[in-house]
Amino acid sequence: MKVPTMAEMMAEGRQPEVLFWVGCAGSFDDRAKKITKAFVKLLNKANVEFAVLGTEESCTGDPAKRAGNEFLFQMQAVTNIEVLNGYEVKKIVTACPHCFNTLKNEYPSLGGDYKVMHHTQFLKSLLEEGRLAIEGGKFKGKRVTYHDPCYLGRANGVYEAPRELIRKLDVELVEMRKCKKAGLCCGAGGAQMFKEPEKGNKDVNIERTEQALETRPDIVAAGCPFCNTMMTDGVKNKEKEAEIAVMDVAELIANAEEL
Amino acid sequence: MAIIPNIIFAVVLIAGIGFFARNVRKLARNIRLGKSTDRSDNRSQRFKNMARIALGQQKMVVRPVAGIMHIIVYLGFLIINIEVLEIIIDGLLGTHRIFSFLGGFYTVLIGGFEILAILVLVAVTVFWIRRNIIRLQRFWNPEMKGWPRNDGNLILYFEMVLMVLFLVMNATDAPFQQMQAGNVISRFIAPWFDGLPASTVHVVERSAWWLHIVGILVFLNYLYYSKHLHILLAFPNTYFASLNPKGQFNNLEAVTNEVKLMMDPNADPFAAPPEGEDDAPPEKFGASDVTDLNWVQLLNAYTCTECGRCTSECPANQTGKKLSPRKIMMDTRDRLEEVGKNIDNNGTFAEDNKSLLDNYITREELWACTSCNACVEACPVSIDPLSIILDMRRYLVMEQSAAPAELNNMMTNIENNGAPWPYNQMDRLNWKNEG
Repeated sequence: MKVPTMAEMMAEGRQPEVLFWVGCAGSFDDRAKKITKAFVKLLNKANVEFAVLGTEESCTGDPAKRAGNEFLFQMQAVTNIEVLNGYEVKKIVTACPHCFNTLKNEYPSLGGDYKVMHHTQFLKSLLEEGRLAIEGGKFKGKRVTYHDPCYLGRANGVYEAPRELIRKLDVELVEMRKCKKAGLCCGAGGAQMFKEPEKGNKDVNIERTEQALETRPDIVAAGCPFCNTMMTDGVKNKEKEAEIAVMDVAELIANAEEL
Repeated sequence: MAIIPNIIFAVVLIAGIGFFARNVRKLARNIRLGKSTDRSDNRSQRFKNMARIALGQQKMVVRPVAGIMHIIVYLGFLIINIEVLEIIIDGLLGTHRIFSFLGGFYTVLIGGFEILAILVLVAVTVFWIRRNIIRLQRFWNPEMKGWPRNDGNLILYFEMVLMVLFLVMNATDAPFQQMQAGNVISRFIAPWFDGLPASTVHVVERSAWWLHIVGILVFLNYLYYSKHLHILLAFPNTYFASLNPKGQFNNLEAVTNEVKLMMDPNADPFAAPPEGEDDAPPEKFGASDVTDLNWVQLLNAYTCTECGRCTSECPANQTGKKLSPRKIMMDTRDRLEEVGKNIDNNGTFAEDNKSLLDNYITREELWACTSCNACVEACPVSIDPLSIILDMRRYLVMEQSAAPAELNNMMTNIENNGAPWPYNQMDRLNWKNEG
């Protein structure tokens, strides 16, 4: 797999078209790594000159900030900005809506001003530029429901890019009762991913999974590694993992092409 | 002696408006207890938001039934105020229906008022049924026990009585009924008073007239003591609301200064603070009480009308957690009122050993938030409960080191190895070579 780092690129005196910000989940989480690889396959197929920071990448600070640790967040941010500015990065793409939101909205006032795109937005632009073609193939006719990640949807108003990509797969896109602006959280945001939930009568991801199951989907699509984990756990909890797959939009496209 | 009613009217009017003005001043003072935040930018966008969301009720109709009913009551409130203007002029000058010289236009106006009045009566009755017979969940959450629930009903009764008085006033106005113009609704009420002596009907008309205007003045003064301030504050609140993407949380400037100092290789860690700076108390991070919040957050609290749309959309609340964004706003307002009364009684704030944190809002509520912005999206008047939750988490973490243990682990990991999990930063690219 061709994954150049910024350091390698710089040594060759080249500047990539876009920096792929992998994120912690995409780097370390076994499930999310598959999303990372699916996206890299698509980048390579479209001949996108990209690079990653590799070992120079560090947490954006999102979970620390949402947990209330502004110090740690800003330490992370300032360190990352130093690295990014050192490489004169202009454009960033990431498959994690949390990294996306933080890099796009919270880094500029700390000195890090970049054009930041979510991978679904970036893939859509590749499609529009004719650099990438999507064929239905494998998923033709399947029922797919799309779960809006809070930090992509409500937080940044990106609802259509992932849906447009899904529609290109010749699938039947079915919306959940709660979608887009009214979409229900998967339960992972605000640093909840890293702790046990407070006492209640249900877990948020179970509630959301039930809403997804109401649409009788073959596939639950997501655009966030954390949502992916939560929905996967939810589907397992309902013992539906044999019939229903939880997949990232990038994986859907890459798999449809059997990349 | 004929001018005695006019004098009484003037006194009642001045007392009603004067008392209201006094409370508005108190309200403004309390809101100013908040920290400064600059919202003077982008005025055209702010005016647009106010026109769209407050004046245009755009977010109300996201829920069509309540939204349309609300628009009726809102229009009734706005338009019937023209009638109130006439009542005030009549009351002060001793005239009767001074606007009637407008002729045909007046007929249309009054006819419109009467139709609106009956529509408002219907809408308010539907609201009452939703609250008390259908018992919509969001009106029966734990924070709605006692006063908040009575407050909601009392406002509905007020509106019912005011509308009935308005219609009765028109129905018993003999000259007005004789004109047979504009009395589109009251003509059906007038026959109820047939058979009564003309003098009695006149007394009913005068009583309804007086009770209507006094009722309006009482209602005006009730606003400050109820959740109903939104009819005024929705306008500034939508104007001053954040224009940033919902996911963008503010970067604390005090922290930025410290971080910059830490990263500056030329900074002398042992340097004495510059002259005159050592007197200033160190900046407090986050919020444990209402005075740590900014004035927009406090304005938010007074604007909240406890409709509960936020809470009904909250994933934590839906799954039985204690967190309710509406309660966050109600608690903030109640504590701010308490602080305000304390200042009224003592001149300046006298320490009462209470705070918004723990005495009103528990840590369990704060840690249940997923920061999903559903509450912010749901609010029809652009209130942001999430920003208060975040500021209180900041206090807990940065001032008290009181984060849940698992979150402390997560943060330690980020500090040590740049990821929320304990993986080595040097392994970040390993995925490239894995199967």
